[in-house]
Amino acid sequence: MARSGTLGDKVYRTVLLAAAISILLIVAAVLYMMVQNSLPTIQRFGAGFLFASEWNPSQEKFGALPFIYGTVVSSILALILAVPISLGIAIFLVEQAPKSIARPIAFMVELLAAIPSVVYGLWGIFVLAPFIRNYLGPVLQDNLGFLPLFQGRLTGIGMFTGGIILALMITPIITAVVRDVLEAVPNTQREAALALGATKWETTMIVLGNAASGIAGAVVLGLGRAVGETMAVTMVIGNSPQITASLFEPAYTIASVLAANFADATEETYLSALIEMALVLFLVTVIINALAKLMIMSVAGRANAAKHV
Amino acid sequence: MQIIEKTRILFYTFIFLVVAIGVSCSGQKLGDSNSSGTSGTIRVAGTGSTFVKPMMDKWGSEFGKLNPTINIDYSSTGSGAGIKGIQNQTVDFGGTDAAMSDDELKQAAGGEIVHIPVVLGAVVLTYNLAELKEPLKLTPELISDIYLGKIRKWDDERIKKENPNAALPANDITPVFRADGSGTSDIFTDYLSKTVPEWKEKVGRTKNPQLPQGIGIGGKGNEGVMGQVKNTPNTIGYVELTFAKANNLPAALIRNKAGNFVEAGSSTVSNAAAGMADKMPDDLRFEITNAEGADSYPISGIVFMLVYRDQKDARKGKALADFLWWAINDGKQYVVDLHYAPIPPKLVEKAGAKIDLLSNGGKSLRKQ
Repeated sequence: MARSGTLGDKVYRTVLLAAAISILLIVAAVLYMMVQNSLPTIQRFGAGFLFASEWNPSQEKFGALPFIYGTVVSSILALILAVPISLGIAIFLVEQAPKSIARPIAFMVELLAAIPSVVYGLWGIFVLAPFIRNYLGPVLQDNLGFLPLFQGRLTGIGMFTGGIILALMITPIITAVVRDVLEAVPNTQREAALALGATKWETTMIVLGNAASGIAGAVVLGLGRAVGETMAVTMVIGNSPQITASLFEPAYTIASVLAANFADATEETYLSALIEMALVLFLVTVIINALAKLMIMSVAGRANAAKHV
Repeated sequence: MQIIEKTRILFYTFIFLVVAIGVSCSGQKLGDSNSSGTSGTIRVAGTGSTFVKPMMDKWGSEFGKLNPTINIDYSSTGSGAGIKGIQNQTVDFGGTDAAMSDDELKQAAGGEIVHIPVVLGAVVLTYNLAELKEPLKLTPELISDIYLGKIRKWDDERIKKENPNAALPANDITPVFRADGSGTSDIFTDYLSKTVPEWKEKVGRTKNPQLPQGIGIGGKGNEGVMGQVKNTPNTIGYVELTFAKANNLPAALIRNKAGNFVEAGSSTVSNAAAGMADKMPDDLRFEITNAEGADSYPISGIVFMLVYRDQKDARKGKALADFLWWAINDGKQYVVDLHYAPIPPKLVEKAGAKIDLLSNGGKSLRKQ
């Protein structure tokens, strides 16, 4: 079986290099296409595109702000709801649960990740929206109604429902990654902490501290999915480009407006505006990823520093 | 060793798949070029209006039974895409719910485009009011005021005036609109622009209507609007007639130009087109919203097929002309079952004359 000659190695190396370079080319091609095709609106509206809040394609008014707002707020809402739950599940699975319980729960979590987003959307319309309209919404309005966040008409369709659906969709991803990260923390650390008399809680805190950079990475993965999620959000968020303090009001996200309008956009300016919006989404994702990398680096740096003290 | 064996099997499978896909793709290309030759099946491709897709599928399959060598292939991509497709000549015909504008016609790469009306549709207002038994009656002014946020409660005096005996709740109205660009919105806003000056000024006729901030909820596609209306009490939304009928949604009676409240249905929609038949221009580019006639449903629309007058390929052009001719004549029998409305006899005549115009090398294709 001595087939691994120098020629084989060369071919092998070239193939790998080509694979790596193809990623760069794809990113470059996507970026080039988006910039090229959005030039009409970039030149016409400049930075005003990002800060204008009126959106009316038939009158050639294109303001991306309501969509950026909708994307950012729905994603943040999703993170606020999903991160504590995901951490809870992951910690339970790794630190507390016996194997016989952990396996089926872990399996269920992975199953959730495999559900297509349109199914989440349907569930949102048929189950979650009526639940919020009839039960959760009134309770929030009765008790926290003095906050602008919970004022306004309760239709069950809006930012709040969108945020919850997104939270459900990103929970499995965050959980799965955090679980892997926690499992990677060496058992010797737990044993050492317990041996020094730490409680189960204190031990877990030490483990979490060591896994912080990995957890941050998991959160960013979840955020990445939330920002780009389209179908399920379109079905429950109400698709109305507006900026309001109320979470119960309809909103609109960048991904949703692209999905809803791309096929039928024939006018050049309109198409250009939509592509520029895609460019904005792309840049938002890049910024999020960069921030995450910085965060991970700083946490990892601190951890390294701590080791040397 | 076993791992290497496995890798090798995987590798060969991969190579096999690549080759197989490659061969089948090039095979398809061969088939395509054959279709414009002298033998084999003729594939006529169209794209556009999603609204007419079920009708085109039915027509395509029935026509295919009569003419096994002709394959009519229609993909639903939206009216805008249908116009784009025929302009760029990427398809043999386009389908649209709204006639092309003069500007759009100028951008057509293949010369003069002929509009052929094939079938009619309508937009109905459906609502979620559990206690209401009889159909709601609406005037264009009421629809406009609801969608502009000037009427906010179901028990508003103005709604009560038209519906004196209806059990209208004291709840907020939530209007639902189409969030995606659509021919349905175009028909709906065209109707309101013709009947309500305030609507014309504030929203106008458009495929992408924008309501005042915070007024309504947007749904994607007919099914999106229907989903919101069906599941949210106190909503009102507009969907295509075929869709409302197929899903047993309630539909409001709309007051037409003659002052009668009319229910949407195949016959009232055909009436609308018949009412306009004498007024239509020679190129048949017209709307039938707010039509004349005592029994015409006012929010009605026409679906056009867009074809080049000069067909480059004689066999394909002949197949296309025969298909369109068959659709508006014999194809009528399938229209009502799918909840569309047939074009009235007068319009069949005019559309037929347009189909006769399709020619190759100066000779009419129909009459060959």
